[in-house]
Amino acid sequence: MLARDHFHRAVCETPFHPRTAALNQLNLWHRWRDHTVADAYFDVGMEYNAIRNSCAVFDLSPMTKHLVTGPDALAFMNRLVTRDVAKLKPLRVGYAVWCDEGGQVIDDGTIFHLRDGVYRLCSQERQLDWLHSSALGFEVRIVEETNDIAGLAVQGPTSCAVLRSFGLAGIETLTPFGLRSYPFAGGTLEVSRTGYTGDLGYELWIAPEHALRLWDELFLAGANHGIRAIGTLALEMSRIEAGFIQAGVDFLPADRAVRVDRTRSPFELDLGRLVDFSKPNFTGRRALLEEHRRGSRYRLVRLDVAGNKPARDAYVYDQRRTNIGVVTSSMWSPAAKASIALASVMMPWGAPGEELTAEIYYQKELKWNRFMARCRVVEGPFFDPPRRRATPPADR
Amino acid sequence: MTEPRSVIVIGAGHNGLACATYLARAGRKVLVLEAAAQPGGAAITREFAPGFRVSAVAHLLHLLDPVVERELGLAQHGLAYARDALATVSLAGERAPLVLSGGSILSGEVSAADRSALRAHAARMQKFARLIARQHGRVPPRLRFDSWRDALPALALALDIRRLGRKDMREFLRLATMNIYDVLEEQFEHPGLKGALALDAVLGARLGPRSGNSVYTSLYRQSGAVNGRCGALALPRGGMGAVTDALAAAARAAGVGIRCGASVESILVRDGRACGVRLERGEELGAELVVSNADPQRSLLRLLGARHLEAEFARRVHNLRAAGNAAKLHLALGGRPQFRGLSAAQLGERLLIAPDVDYVERAFNPAKYGEFSTQPVLEITLPSLHDRGLAPAGREVLSAVVQYAPYDLKGGWAVGKERFLAAVMATLEEHAPGIGALVQHAELLTPMDIEQQFGITGGHWHHGELALDQFMVLRPVPGAAQYATPVAGLYLCGAGCHPGGGVMGTAGRNAARVIAGGG
Ligand SMILES: Cc1cc2nc3c(=O)[nH]c(=O)nc-3n(C[C@H](O)[C@H](O)[C@H](O)COP(=O)(O)OP(=O)(O)OC[C@H]3O[C@@H](n4cnc5c(N)ncnc54)[C@H](O)[C@@H]3O)c2cc1C
Repeated sequence: MLARDHFHRAVCETPFHPRTAALNQLNLWHRWRDHTVADAYFDVGMEYNAIRNSCAVFDLSPMTKHLVTGPDALAFMNRLVTRDVAKLKPLRVGYAVWCDEGGQVIDDGTIFHLRDGVYRLCSQERQLDWLHSSALGFEVRIVEETNDIAGLAVQGPTSCAVLRSFGLAGIETLTPFGLRSYPFAGGTLEVSRTGYTGDLGYELWIAPEHALRLWDELFLAGANHGIRAIGTLALEMSRIEAGFIQAGVDFLPADRAVRVDRTRSPFELDLGRLVDFSKPNFTGRRALLEEHRRGSRYRLVRLDVAGNKPARDAYVYDQRRTNIGVVTSSMWSPAAKASIALASVMMPWGAPGEELTAEIYYQKELKWNRFMARCRVVEGPFFDPPRRRATPPADR
Repeated sequence: MTEPRSVIVIGAGHNGLACATYLARAGRKVLVLEAAAQPGGAAITREFAPGFRVSAVAHLLHLLDPVVERELGLAQHGLAYARDALATVSLAGERAPLVLSGGSILSGEVSAADRSALRAHAARMQKFARLIARQHGRVPPRLRFDSWRDALPALALALDIRRLGRKDMREFLRLATMNIYDVLEEQFEHPGLKGALALDAVLGARLGPRSGNSVYTSLYRQSGAVNGRCGALALPRGGMGAVTDALAAAARAAGVGIRCGASVESILVRDGRACGVRLERGEELGAELVVSNADPQRSLLRLLGARHLEAEFARRVHNLRAAGNAAKLHLALGGRPQFRGLSAAQLGERLLIAPDVDYVERAFNPAKYGEFSTQPVLEITLPSLHDRGLAPAGREVLSAVVQYAPYDLKGGWAVGKERFLAAVMATLEEHAPGIGALVQHAELLTPMDIEQQFGITGGHWHHGELALDQFMVLRPVPGAAQYATPVAGLYLCGAGCHPGGGVMGTAGRNAARVIAGGG
């Protein structure tokens, strides 16, 4: 529950703020929903390197969290999202999207099956309104618990070792998307093998009052494993390399769109695997079935872009110079040693291997240059190390 | 295994019966399940006091679809009229009552200007009402036109409006968005005339004369015909039950099975398809198709369940405005009542207590805030004057629609009903002194009673407000306006669908056409 005086401040600090503030040498912050989070602490490159080479810690407390309980919790979740939640066993986490009746994605997020019939839904956007209006006719209780749970992402090749030194015995046996709890400070620490980096990594969930102790002990345990606090900028790099999409960046949440053609379906976001038509009913099913039959309008593609200039917001053209889409996320990828991008293009363009062109503008000493960069549609993420899935992870 | 081509119809209201008959004639094997002890829904005749029988809810027949009447052979199956063209009498207390029928004044002190204005007004409204009537039998288009077939009804409507001619088209489009109060003020002087015309616009609706949409409801009310006379009001011989008795006989003759006392608890769904029903007593019955004559909210949220629907669709159904406002009063009278200024012959017409348009609006005022009218408007008939079978010799039956009685009465009907009855009787007494002393038994059905006894959620006349935002392609809600619901194998056929309520049969017939044509 929010403190009753929450309205005095438009933007709050997370439970880890005393620590993140002390480390934030750049004093660089931005607003994530109603919280202040660090863009970067000292150097984005070094923070990125922590994700890929040692252990990075990211404060994800502002992540929106909803607890869904009650006799109809499973039925409710299954009507809400496009995948089959019945297949998600207790102590497992599942990635999911949910749509409006037009089959357009409202948001994506993760479902934590905490215990039999109790679910936590984590998402980028606030969803209470949608969840409540979807609850008509279901015996469920939906509580927003964003501020009741502080979260840390612990990501990178040494993250498992850090957690072991921290005292999480047997954590190396936790499989990807597994969930486990450990006693901590008289309470419970929940650990899931999840993340937004595409690397080996975990997420730690704790009651806010134990947040600082968790931070301190974790950093103590990680001292010899290269542990480092990272901000959103470094995280953003890793998620693009991993090919993950972000609401509001790579797609427009359907409930915010004014223009009908600006939204995207799961198929159009390369998330068709999350749509399970064997479920007899879920919101968006009819429209998605129709789309499945008729074909989609758009396709999300991953582009390997020539040159070293990030293809920021670039228009994408086909061989005949027809404008077929736009880049939604882009960066120079240290891991792939390439300029990479996520783009949304019209069908039928964007088949794997297709050669396209990105129109890149960049400024040099106040002069704008245009660069028509060749790009190639690639299949799969730009960076996908085996350690992401290895159980137990290699000991480092 | 469900039998191929089998259909279960939930509810033996007149629409359910009509739909069942058409489906049986199209070769389906149809079983109608009715919760009540007799078929007919809100169109039945029943005994409400020993020896006194009355049309229990609907009491005047004026919208019955002539196509249904003819195709189903209702006359052959026993439908006859005790009166087929009642005049309307606007009671005026001390003043001489005004008697009108269609566009003409039969008696009353009405200026020449009003008389000619009425002729013109009635002719114009009749023309527009016929336009509305032409849409009744058309299955509404879908909101997204995927094919030419979908777009045809919309084009037909556009064409109908064009065909009115330039002047009438402009007038139609002007009137359609107005309220009846302004229209009447624009044209008439006589208070009783305006009161009567205003009442016709608001009967059964949660509207006052000054509410938007009240021209549309007025046109809708006039969109029927009895024995070819547009806008006529009839009393079936034997009461409203005669209509549904004839429909039930036609249904049985077509091979339809009708089971009464069979209340459906839920619609069974397998793999996203409706496959039968479960009765309240636990019995399960399978069928290839399920058609519901119950109102949309009951059908989709209670019997089916929101979980079988997509979230926004379920919301839309939930948000339907379906709180009733009309109560029904039945009096068993020990003798013939005397209404001030009325001749014996006039007593048998349709009597209105709506002395002027402000009276009607004032009656509506409390309803806006969940209170009943302390000076209600009434539409009264004394059917036993034409139909001796309804009351013991020397006694009479009074049947009246009374407004406004909001379904969701503040404080609840358990407390409010007696006070409302007292207000109604006091109002009646003003116009018919001594009537109270004649009353041997009084039955007042509030919308809450109608909900409980007739299974209509909210007790609403039309199974959901008949308004421009809940009509045609929007009726009951987008996504179910073509009688098919989003759940395969499940259809709606009641008054909540296009064209709307009233004893009509068109919704049932349209639904059967959709089902037989492709379901
Ligand atoms: C006060 C009042 C006065 C009216 N006066 C007039 C009038 O004078 N003239 C006129 O034309 N119209 C009048 N109407 C409107 C008219 O009565 C209705 O619009 C019409 O009867 C609706 O017919 P229907 O067949 O669609 O539904 P209904 O007549 O409501 O029939 C539905 C049937 O379904 C059954 N049912 C519901 N749920 C279940 C279940 N779970 N299991 C089994 N069966 C179920 C019900 O018992 C009912 O028999 C009046 C309405 C009201 C409320």
